[in-house]
Parts: sequence; structure tokens; C-alpha cells
Amino acid sequence: MILLTRKIEFSASHFYNNPSLSPEENHRIFGKCNNPHGHGHNYTLEVTVEGEPNPVTGMVLDLKKLKEILECEVMQRMDHRHLNYEVPELAGQIPTCENISRVIWQLLEPKITQGRLHRVRLYESPDLFADCYRNGASAAGKS
Amino acid sequence: MSSALKIELGRRYRFSASHRLHSAHLTEQENCQVFGKCNNPYGHGHNYVVEVTVSGNVDPATGMIANLADLDSFVERQILDDFDLKSLNEDVPAFRDTVPTTENLCIEIFQRLKSFPGAKLERIRIEETGKNSFEYAGDISEGNHQ
Repeated sequence: MILLTRKIEFSASHFYNNPSLSPEENHRIFGKCNNPHGHGHNYTLEVTVEGEPNPVTGMVLDLKKLKEILECEVMQRMDHRHLNYEVPELAGQIPTCENISRVIWQLLEPKITQGRLHRVRLYESPDLFADCYRNGASAAGKS
Repeated sequence: MSSALKIELGRRYRFSASHRLHSAHLTEQENCQVFGKCNNPYGHGHNYVVEVTVSGNVDPATGMIANLADLDSFVERQILDDFDLKSLNEDVPAFRDTVPTTENLCIEIFQRLKSFPGAKLERIRIEETGKNSFEYAGDISEGNHQ
């Protein structure tokens, strides 16, 4: 099995607030991320697809096709957007790396029909990221 | 959350430390052959990058697997306070009799972090330099393998 990864970057704003908690609790749990005016990040998204190379083309999937899917499903939804207000798929969820990576998985998984989505890794900064896998898959793709 | 998906959180930390690769079980000549420049008796140092990956349920109230402030303070206490700007050979008891290679450093850091109460420790990945990295996900006996 081959793993193929494509990387894109998008910029978006967000803040963390749970309306069912008191302002004091929100501040205690989320700290500076609770600022209601929001703040932003340059997100880096790595999308990894698994599969066997097609014997004719030598490709797991056409990278141009993957680029189009990422443009349509991620860039148009999230780039230069406010994740709390402008992304319906995140409505009612705190827009953490964990939740955004899961939403991106759910958006991409049905669209990738050549090969199979293996991993979504979303970096909020170079030192913080979330990975989303199919349960039971290993990080190295050995399962 | 959907149980069909597994979410992991990765966080990177940095520390700088010196070490010397030398085994008391080898002769001076053998140490020099095995470890080369890393056997220099005066030691040398690296800027280490430690990537800590944890997994668990995403709490719907917070959107988080683990509170980052909790993870940061745990790593600060368990690792950075003891390792940053230290000599691994002289200042870390685990390396008095064990060669402080990055392989062994992965194991030592895994042991120190596996009791993190907020989530399950999945693996430790350490970059000794921009060109070398090492990973450890625990032993089978630790029940950390699926």
C-alpha cells in the first residue's frame, strides 16, 4: 500500500466559547482563546490517501483531482473565514483542531473515490496539530 | 463523536541538552569505533524537539481531547524542568548507566509521560537534529498496541 500526502494552507479566525458554561468557566478552560473578538491562525492541512498505484497510470489517485477536492471542500469553506460563524459543519462545536480535523475528514472521505482517505492532519501552528484516522488504522498505515 | 474515527492531538516541545555516547561495557577503542564523534569525552549538545501525541474522546463541552494547559504543565514538570539546559549523562539518573541515545531518550520520556491523567499517551517522537528523528509507542507489555 502506498500513502500519498498533499498539503494545503488556509487562514481563518476563531475563538473558543461554550454558551452553556459561565463566563468565568469559559475563561478558566479556554484562557486567551476565549477572547470574543476572536483571533486567527495559518492552518496547514495534510491529507493522506492510501491505495495501490493504478497499473496504467502509476498513480494512487490523480493529484489534480485531489487538489480540486481540497479547493472545493476545504479552501472555499474555510479560507479567510470565521470558523465560529461561517462554517455550518462546525455549528454547535468548539472549533478546536480536534473538531476541525474531524469535520474535514467527514467532508473529504466521501469525495475521495480513488484510493481511500487514510489520515487528516491539521496544524494550527507548527507546534500543535490534530490527527484524524479511521478507528483501528495505525499511524504508519500498516493495518 | 463518531466511534468510527480516532482523533489524536500532537504537541511539540523543545529543550537543549548535552550528552556523550559512551558505554561502560565497551573498551575505549570500541567506544570510539561505535560512537565516533559522539564519544568525545567533553560531550556535545542538541536542540531536541519532542513531539508528544495523545488520544482520547473529544469532550463535547470543550472540543478537546486534553486541556493544552494541563498537558503543557505536565510536560514542563516531567521533562523540561529536568532536561532543558542539562547534561543528560550527569543530570538525569536514568542515563547514569544507559547510553543517552535518542532511542533511549524516547523510552525515558515515554515512561515519564505515560501517567498523564488527561488522555492516553500514544507515542513520543524526538528530532535530535533536523535530519534525525526517532519514535517510540511503548512496549506490547504496556498495552499500548492495538
